[in-house]
Amino acid sequence: MSEVFDVVVVGAGPGGLAAAATAAETGLKVCLIDDNPAPGGQIWRSSVLKGPSADAAGWMRRLAERQVEVRSGCRAVVAGGLTCAGARTLRLESQRGYADIGFGALILATGARERFLPFPGWTLPGVFGAGGLQAFVKSGFQIAGKRVVIAGTGPLLMAVAANLRAAGARIAAVIEQAPWPQLAQFSSWLAFSRPGKLIEGAAYGLKLLGVPCRTGAWVTRASAAGAEVEQRLHSVTVSTGRDSTEIETDLLAVGFHLVPNTELAQLLHCRLEHGYVKADAFQRASVERIYGIGELTAIGGVEKAQVEGRIAALAVAGRFEDARALFPARDRWMRFARRLDAAFALREELRTLADGDTTVCRCEDVTQKELAGCRSWREAKLHTRCGMGPCQGRICGPATQFLFGWSAPAPRPPLFPVEIAALEEPFAQAVVETGQPVSSSST
Amino acid sequence: MHRTIAISVNGTPLEVPSGATVAAAVLQAGATSRVSVRGEPRQPLCGMGICYECRVEIDGRPHQRSCQILCLPGMQVTTE
Repeated sequence: MSEVFDVVVVGAGPGGLAAAATAAETGLKVCLIDDNPAPGGQIWRSSVLKGPSADAAGWMRRLAERQVEVRSGCRAVVAGGLTCAGARTLRLESQRGYADIGFGALILATGARERFLPFPGWTLPGVFGAGGLQAFVKSGFQIAGKRVVIAGTGPLLMAVAANLRAAGARIAAVIEQAPWPQLAQFSSWLAFSRPGKLIEGAAYGLKLLGVPCRTGAWVTRASAAGAEVEQRLHSVTVSTGRDSTEIETDLLAVGFHLVPNTELAQLLHCRLEHGYVKADAFQRASVERIYGIGELTAIGGVEKAQVEGRIAALAVAGRFEDARALFPARDRWMRFARRLDAAFALREELRTLADGDTTVCRCEDVTQKELAGCRSWREAKLHTRCGMGPCQGRICGPATQFLFGWSAPAPRPPLFPVEIAALEEPFAQAVVETGQPVSSSST
Repeated sequence: MHRTIAISVNGTPLEVPSGATVAAAVLQAGATSRVSVRGEPRQPLCGMGICYECRVEIDGRPHQRSCQILCLPGMQVTTE
């Protein structure tokens, strides 16, 4: 059994919520699917203590008014049959099993994940992603009284530090690898072009008064204490290139900005450009009736994602003039995205953080020295199993790209490890092949 | 006060706030989630269902991404 919708939106972050609501408000039948337990994406993740984010709740009300079907805890694993030919169907996986869904148009809002760069000790218990630790705290992990070092790069670090401090953590240090002059240049651009964003940053700064914040510095090692089987993080070594210091800490939250989740787009044969989904002015990807929005087209944050979601939805509905009216706002946020990229560009020193024994592929425990002899991602996979574990290269792929300059080929179905039942059953025949939005029906 | 849920992690009872994920409960219990190919203890990393470091057994089902699953009353979580 397969249900068909005029529009399927994948990803319920700010962009996906905006796209789903806007599409539904034009009268289209919309389904919004999302891998997380509740809508909001990463940035608007609800907190067990504070409840859902007000922003997400606002969009959710609009979705409810228009009877948008929201499927949380649900992800696409295969597109249009195992060969992906004529893909107009997605096979979805949830805790309940597998189901197919047909779409007239597909808006991809799959967002971004943190970039992780390997360094000695980064696999120790007590080391988390920066956004990762924030997500665990919002999801019920009590951090009060714990010492935390926050490190890596990107605007997320300050936000995470402020939020964790508000949750009772003792922030031992915030360590940003970008050099101060580069950040100062970005700040002065913000002052003229995006004063709201500068104020947002300053507000985080105020919440972090008294916290040592360093720029042009990075963590070179996480060291453990305890017996081998019960190893836990004990301290981190921070370098500026000239000198290094050791900071004792309970937890390390470390992330190197974000990389887009392009796998589903690639599975659907959408073209990438500089690692992002190539989209035209109406957010159309290179494959007919597929749209890419938000972090997929450039890492630019919530405002860009929402305006792109609205543009895509209006384009799907054929309301091109309304969509066009949003171009100037979108283009402004696109410039912000490019500035972000430049401000938080990764420094060369980070390429040499991993020593020979540092694990690069966490799923298969492949070390740097095993990979150093390989010439490509493919060779590395064949010789070492790098990227062949359950995450399918989502963590080590961006790392090896930075360390060795490798680029991973487009993913093959299934997108994630699935039960064999996901592949055995034939797809339902609810494949939509007309160029028009289809009327709602199910087979 | 917020409502709490009673679960067990490796046989030990644990109270978590309503809406907590299994990964948060595993961390709160001070447990590691899995043991790597070479025998290293691991904890959840990404918090968003990508890295698979958080996978645990939930009510007898192995390899569940604990960061994407909410705790339910009586849930039995087993980690490596």
